[in-house]
Amino acid sequence: MTTDSAGRERPVPGYLRDHDVHPPLDYPGYRSTALRHPKRPLQLLPHLLTEVTGPLLGEGRIGELDHDLTRQHAGEPQGQRIIVHGQVRDSDGRPIPHTLVEIWQANAGGRYRHTGDNWPCPLDPNFTGVGRALTDAEGRYRFVTVQPGAYPWKNHDNAWRPAHIHFSLFGRAFTQRLVTQMYFPGDPLFFQDPMWNSIPDDKARERLVCRFDYENTEPEWALAYEWDIVLRGREATPFESEVDDD
Amino acid sequence: MADTRPSPTTPSQTVGPYLHIGLPWPDGPFAVAEGTPEGFWICGTLYDGAGQPIADGLVETWQADPDGRFDHPDDPRGAVPRPGFRGFGRCETDERGEYRIFTVKPGPVPGAGGTVQAPHIDVSVFARGMLHRTVTRVYFPEETEANAADPVLNGVADDRARSTLVAAPAEDGYRFDVRLQGEDETVFFDV
Ligand SMILES: [Fe+2]
Repeated sequence: MTTDSAGRERPVPGYLRDHDVHPPLDYPGYRSTALRHPKRPLQLLPHLLTEVTGPLLGEGRIGELDHDLTRQHAGEPQGQRIIVHGQVRDSDGRPIPHTLVEIWQANAGGRYRHTGDNWPCPLDPNFTGVGRALTDAEGRYRFVTVQPGAYPWKNHDNAWRPAHIHFSLFGRAFTQRLVTQMYFPGDPLFFQDPMWNSIPDDKARERLVCRFDYENTEPEWALAYEWDIVLRGREATPFESEVDDD
Repeated sequence: MADTRPSPTTPSQTVGPYLHIGLPWPDGPFAVAEGTPEGFWICGTLYDGAGQPIADGLVETWQADPDGRFDHPDDPRGAVPRPGFRGFGRCETDERGEYRIFTVKPGPVPGAGGTVQAPHIDVSVFARGMLHRTVTRVYFPEETEANAADPVLNGVADDRARSTLVAAPAEDGYRFDVRLQGEDETVFFDV
């Protein structure tokens, strides 16, 4: 409940709580969670003004080639050129316009341009692996990049991450903030990947997989994948008692 | 519950060990413009359950302006742009697990049912080994009265736990360490 410009009390609807969709913070299969999850129960935070607002970023943050990871260097990167596009919307199906989408990924061989990534796979001098885009008025985004490779890690014996692109999203409110990963259809590495397996519901896992999109493939240029991202929608306008009970 | 909506939501995944190539911005730590006269630093260390600093983490902050308002259409009092004020800060942790955010003090913010919330900053913490973000809040040590009346702080029954939400004064502003586990585990919120 808050007061509007005319001095009336007006309820501010909160956002859907969708915890059942997300992985738990404590997931033994992903070893690094052991020392990095809170052990005390989380304290319920009602969605008040700080939570239903958020940074509306973007204006001036995007360079002309930020969405095209194949054109950020003098030459072209190695690998299969792909278009990754889709819509950002909320769980009521409403598009989220003009919101910042950030991505980062490994190169075609599966190596990140990061000092901590030292596995024996060459860096590509023509690939940084970082992109940014703003959604348009219909909530649509579009990147051009190369198909990232799978890479090994040390979580368990012979552990490999399925090919993926890291995504960071803001939406329109603090509650909608989401960082996630997009995967590719039919990846044979899913079965042994704890990040994939940490998502409790099979259907929810599938929502991290993009769709091969032949219609948007550019002939003699690039394959295409479509991936829609759904952020938490609004709760129905609450009754006052419900706000207080939170 | 989520699945009854037209579009079920997209699950979260960890930022992983290589977030430092994708998420830092050169001006990230500046929630207010560099050189803002009332500006100060909030600095802190992110610790894991063994008391070790977390070098592959990221801290983000979001707050009201000094009048307690937001430049956002969902502030029912109307969006108020304020030059030099972004209200959002982002800082990756360094090899010592440290982050720093340059900001100004937010004003009190209306709460539920006519209550007033003490000045506070919402904080998101991301790291390798965290499958989704955790959320906490920074409160200010000199706001004794406002903090005592704050409905969110009062929702934390344990005194010692509540004190993890209050920053400590420091030479150039405040210190706010975040402990993911342990005796002084930071209070985290279900948002
Ligand atoms: Fe990755």
